Amino acid sequence: MRKVAIVGIGQVPVREHWDSGLREMAVRAILDAMQDADVRNCDALYVGNMLAGYLSDQSNLGALLADYAGLQVSEAVSLEAACGSGAAAFRQAVLAVASGMVESAIAVGVEKLTEHSDVSPTNGLATAADADFEAAMGLSFVAINALLMRRYMHEYKCRKENFAGFVINAHDNARHNPHAMFRQAIHLEQYQHAKLIADPINLLDSSPIADGAAAVVIVPAEQAKQFAQPAVIVNACEVGVDTLSLSKRKDPLKLGAVTQSTQRAMQTAGINHTDIDLLEAHDAFSVMTTLALEAAGFAEYGQGTQLANPATIGINGKLPLSTFGGLKARGHPVGATGMYQIVEAVTQLRHQAPDAIQVSDAKRAMVQNIGGSASYVVTTILERDKA
Amino acid sequence: MDLPRIWRLKSQRYKLEGSQCKSCQKLSFPPVQVCSDCRSQEIEPFRFAGKGSVYSFSTVYNPLTQFTEFVPYVVALIDLAEGPRITAQLTDVKPEDVSIGMKVEMVIRKISEQSDKGAIVYGYKFRPPIK
Repeated sequence: MRKVAIVGIGQVPVREHWDSGLREMAVRAILDAMQDADVRNCDALYVGNMLAGYLSDQSNLGALLADYAGLQVSEAVSLEAACGSGAAAFRQAVLAVASGMVESAIAVGVEKLTEHSDVSPTNGLATAADADFEAAMGLSFVAINALLMRRYMHEYKCRKENFAGFVINAHDNARHNPHAMFRQAIHLEQYQHAKLIADPINLLDSSPIADGAAAVVIVPAEQAKQFAQPAVIVNACEVGVDTLSLSKRKDPLKLGAVTQSTQRAMQTAGINHTDIDLLEAHDAFSVMTTLALEAAGFAEYGQGTQLANPATIGINGKLPLSTFGGLKARGHPVGATGMYQIVEAVTQLRHQAPDAIQVSDAKRAMVQNIGGSASYVVTTILERDKA
Repeated sequence: MDLPRIWRLKSQRYKLEGSQCKSCQKLSFPPVQVCSDCRSQEIEPFRFAGKGSVYSFSTVYNPLTQFTEFVPYVVALIDLAEGPRITAQLTDVKPEDVSIGMKVEMVIRKISEQSDKGAIVYGYKFRPPIK
């Protein structure tokens, strides 16, 4: 397998997009990524999406988007792995180019969650869990995370306030990201008094439902220098898989798929934790941030919230986290999220982030996209090409 | 949800029927076709007694649409006495009276109503034991 590089990125702002549909958002992101790379076409298109079939009566997105983006492709297909759909599409694009099957590929993530009056996005998101034995019993996807948070607080004697630092950090960074949904800072008091969604998870523990699309262009690394933008090399893109249901895991607080995918990615890239300059984590809920940091080896089990302070996760900290606002504040258009994370990490590694959130001399980024309650996890290691 | 699907699940919903591996005796709920421990496909039904304790719980305020009438309702992970963990609603208890480790037992209750014209789904919920 050959190395691949990202040479183009595109994204639409994460919003409630009343004026654009699924295809307009996705096509915009694709065209922007191709313009950024200065290419006219790509050989293959991989689409990450979770709920177009459920909410928008639209499946078969590969063919739809290839057509509307004006692409002449040998393959166009959509991939679904709940909130991990974006990374699933990215990984497929990486594999397609790495294997030599195609010379260039586009990965796009797209999601339209906000305009549906007769079908509920909450019900749609719950399809990420077991339909017969979790959702059918009344568990929303938030409730599943709430079960984890309650148990975590019980087992580790952890107070709710301990999670706040992750949320405050995400909002702080999003202020400087023009594509973010929530561009305002929040304070501890707001966090403490936010409305409960599924106890103990409140509104400010949770990432917002939103629309969005983000895309990248991938080519063989040996060709990367021909492109205008600083190339970013994909040094690893590795998966971990766990049971769909929380109830079937021996210890639900230890996210096995996060551990697997992180270890594999670090091994493939030949690096360890201290080599990472920034981490785009899957902070869909503050408890998920915590559990993922622990399972990925950035903290001991039960100690994850100790990282939730500016000296550690701030832009100038040891491990800058969710540098463009993360899922929490940039927004979480589920199937697009994994692609936003990649686009943001690439922006950091190109040193093109807004000054206030640019990690200084960023060379290497880790991106982790989590599907379901960590049933499908993709960890990607990106590195700025040595010029 | 379609009627045949509700019908197919009646042994699980009404009788808490899971499965046991004939080879290594591992118990599972929901039932499996292949043992997750030893890969054996020699599996037989196993009916759980419906006693257990709360592993974790949450009070839901923002429900799935078919559960709107129950808000706020309590969902839980429950460790069954025989071993497996199960996801279910708690009933006959105030949210503030629920705690981790609390003993519970299974009862049959209305789970959800699909719509005005749809099916009413019945099945297991768990409550503090009646002495």
